[in-house]
Amino acid sequence: MPDLELVGNHSDTDLTEPLQSAVCSAIAERQSLEIIGSGSKRFLGREPSGVRLGLAGHRGIIRYEPSELVLTARSGTPVDEIESELARHGQMMAFEPPRFGKGATLGGTMACNLSGPRRAFAGATRDFVLGTRLINGKGEVARFGGEVMKNVAGYDVSRLMAGAMGTLGLLLDVSLKVLPFPAIERSLIFELDEQGALLRMTRYAGRPLPISAAAWCAGVMYLRLSGSESGVAAACSDLGGDELPCDAASAFWDALREQQLTAFSGDGVLWRLSVPPATGPLSLDGEAIIDWGGALRWLRTDVDPVRIRQVADEAGGHAVAFRDGDRSGSIFQPMDKALTQLHRRVKDALDPHGLFNPGRMYAEL
Amino acid sequence: MTSTVDTSKPDLDQRRAELANRLDHLLPAGTLLTHAEELRPFECDALSAYRRQPLMVAMPKTVTEVQAVLRTCHDMDVPVVARGAGTGLSGGALPLEQGVLLNLSRMDQVLEVDVPNRLARVQPGVRNLHISDHVARHGLYYAPDPSSQIACSIGGNVAENAGGVHCLKYGLTVHNVASVAVVTIDGELIRLGGAGLDASGYDLLALIHGSEGLLAVIVEITVRLLPKPVHAQVAVGAFTRVDEAGDAVASIIASGILPAGLEMMDRGCIEAVNAFLDVGYPDCAGLVLCELDGTEAEVKSQIEAVSQILRDSGATEVTVSRTEEERLKLWSGRKAAFPAVGRLAPDYYCMDGTIPRRHLARVLNEIKILSERYGLSVVNVFHAGDGNMHPLILYDANMEGELERAEKLGGKILEACVEAGGTITGEHGVGIEKIDQMCVQFSTIELQQFHDLKAAFDPRGLLNPGKAVPTLARCAEFGAMHVHGGQLPFPDLERF
Ligand SMILES: Cc1cc2nc3c(=O)[nH]c(=O)nc-3n(C[C@H](O)[C@H](O)[C@H](O)COP(=O)(O)OP(=O)(O)OC[C@H]3O[C@@H](n4cnc5c(N)ncnc54)[C@H](O)[C@@H]3O)c2cc1C
Repeated sequence: MPDLELVGNHSDTDLTEPLQSAVCSAIAERQSLEIIGSGSKRFLGREPSGVRLGLAGHRGIIRYEPSELVLTARSGTPVDEIESELARHGQMMAFEPPRFGKGATLGGTMACNLSGPRRAFAGATRDFVLGTRLINGKGEVARFGGEVMKNVAGYDVSRLMAGAMGTLGLLLDVSLKVLPFPAIERSLIFELDEQGALLRMTRYAGRPLPISAAAWCAGVMYLRLSGSESGVAAACSDLGGDELPCDAASAFWDALREQQLTAFSGDGVLWRLSVPPATGPLSLDGEAIIDWGGALRWLRTDVDPVRIRQVADEAGGHAVAFRDGDRSGSIFQPMDKALTQLHRRVKDALDPHGLFNPGRMYAEL
Repeated sequence: MTSTVDTSKPDLDQRRAELANRLDHLLPAGTLLTHAEELRPFECDALSAYRRQPLMVAMPKTVTEVQAVLRTCHDMDVPVVARGAGTGLSGGALPLEQGVLLNLSRMDQVLEVDVPNRLARVQPGVRNLHISDHVARHGLYYAPDPSSQIACSIGGNVAENAGGVHCLKYGLTVHNVASVAVVTIDGELIRLGGAGLDASGYDLLALIHGSEGLLAVIVEITVRLLPKPVHAQVAVGAFTRVDEAGDAVASIIASGILPAGLEMMDRGCIEAVNAFLDVGYPDCAGLVLCELDGTEAEVKSQIEAVSQILRDSGATEVTVSRTEEERLKLWSGRKAAFPAVGRLAPDYYCMDGTIPRRHLARVLNEIKILSERYGLSVVNVFHAGDGNMHPLILYDANMEGELERAEKLGGKILEACVEAGGTITGEHGVGIEKIDQMCVQFSTIELQQFHDLKAAFDPRGLLNPGKAVPTLARCAEFGAMHVHGGQLPFPDLERF
């Protein structure tokens, strides 16, 4: 079976049927598949394997009802397209998905469950998923969840797809809860060392302030406040600090979200450590970039992966070798035996032939 | 999925004796109930029309005891139904005659509060409101607030993915839980989620939410806490037409304001509430309550905007709370809606369908037509902000045939919700009550997928069998039920 990039003839194309037959042929030929959107996150996870099945042609916004705060789009729809359509109605994907390259798709965003600076205050991709339609590993099309805010009929299979790295099913379309853009956003900076910034972020997080992002990089803490004009103004005068001009502020938050700050580049592996936010500076060499009010630490380093995972584990979190790690080894934090076995059985329940993205997340899955 | 155990009386007694004998060694004295009179309080949850006596009730106090009970039941092929506070409205905690009811309400300790990380680690039997009370001195609270929050347990909240008035802004249970510890039927203790904002592996934490005790028993929960908003105000708008009220809700959302709560009541409900307590809601066809919270400056500007939208949408009267006392008074009517409606008729049956908001007027109209056709009154109160309706069907269980009619009308209402692009249950769960409507909402493939997932956790189908996900055979029969109309094809299943 050759690599397959199904192409639609326009920006609104439903390729469910050809995709389903591709999956069925793969089952018949016992051929595993690498599900690929635009490839912008192909660097993530363990080494991809299998015949490539491209989804970028399966695209288009299917339904968008601004007054419902719900948008449904095919998985190959570019994130940029969705964001500009939402922006026309003053709305956004509140989890600020990073694109990491041209053409990043909704499906890839969902599969990787990556979220930007607003995550700590608004929620992650997984928090905004309302429903999905997918092709499971038996080649069947199934729909889970829906387009309403609350739905407890059946297990929450759609949320399970978030962060599964495409190993549980081929996402056809995704329904998301979207949110209104805040009326106003202002950003403040404070010169602080790492420890000081973490303490400050923790203190602010315990107060009902309209904070929508809190980061620290190279000796500066960045705070973003969002809400009504008067509410944000009141918080700004309460917090002090220096205000960043609008352009500089959005340039900073974009660069943080897209990993374009210089501190993201360099030698060694780029580690992503997800820890409880109040965790102090990590006892690891190298200078971290802090996002999510302390809950996310990025670190370029050559330190032994075992040591990094231990530090993450001791803090109650986990570590991912995000870029430039050994992709034949562990990229995600290894799990204990019982949890691994449960994962294995969940994988079997959805993808019994081990068709989708085998080994991309964990060698066993 | 059904257990193969023979349930004739002598066999049951023998089974009970054998199991009790084994569990007695594993549990402290007084925590295993086997006598009929001790079992009676556990016959049903808040859907009291369905009742059944369990084989026995086990009331563990520790995780180790839960593990021991499950291991033993697994060993002896005995089904287990977990129970929190028993406030469920869909019969999820309805016991099985041949099964153990695992009552978790004695595991009721707050184990740890981590103020800097805004987390509380609690046992499953802790009551929802108790968490907020416990952490109030730190200026924190646990946001999801089901109306049953004084009584319901946090374990039950996770198992149902409970919502509340404030979940439009603050999310459902699944958005407010950092991690859980669960015990699978073979006694294995597994931790899902973590203390950070995400965890490695699949999002099994999300899968456990709303799993209605079918996948694993939740024995510990770490919830996320939020700083208490400093200020809150509510605006109440009165409308002469329900569709205008519905439009007002849509306009508020479309305006870019995210209210903390956005609720609606129809005339039947307003009248019931006014008769029940002195809240003085205006006499009207539809009432919209919109709460804003945040800093004082934030709330002030938004409450003005909301009041204007209410007026622009046709509200004949808009009341805004000026003090905390007034705010609580305006809410008291909404909070008392269920008991107030309870006085209109001997019994009521609460539905939980959720629809896209834009179809509100249409579905309300359909409910009205159905209500006339079945000759039973329906009053409506709902979480309008997220389209979660609670039509309350009024009936009298002592009147021949009314129960069946209420149940059928309920089923039709749920089907209307599915048809409008919605779901049969927004927050109360499927349990035993809506199991047939699952066949309407999901295809055979999807139902089979649910069964496969269940088997990944519980291969022998011992945890809460017969709930939440219908067997394919049952759906085939349910289809037949429509054809043969009127016949109830499940003699083994207790009806009202
Ligand atoms: C007056 C009233 C108002 C209500 N309002 C709301 C509302 O606003 N929003 C809302 O969402 N719900 C509401 N409910 C429904 C109910 O309170 C919720 O579903 C609640 O989450 C149930 O919690 P519980 O502890 O009573 O669970 P139970 O009724 O004991 O059990 C519910 C289900 O969860 C399972 N379960 C319980 N504990 C565990 C555990 N530890 N591990 C595994 N499975 C478990 C049971 O097997 C069962 O399937 C209301 C109920 C009443 C009576």
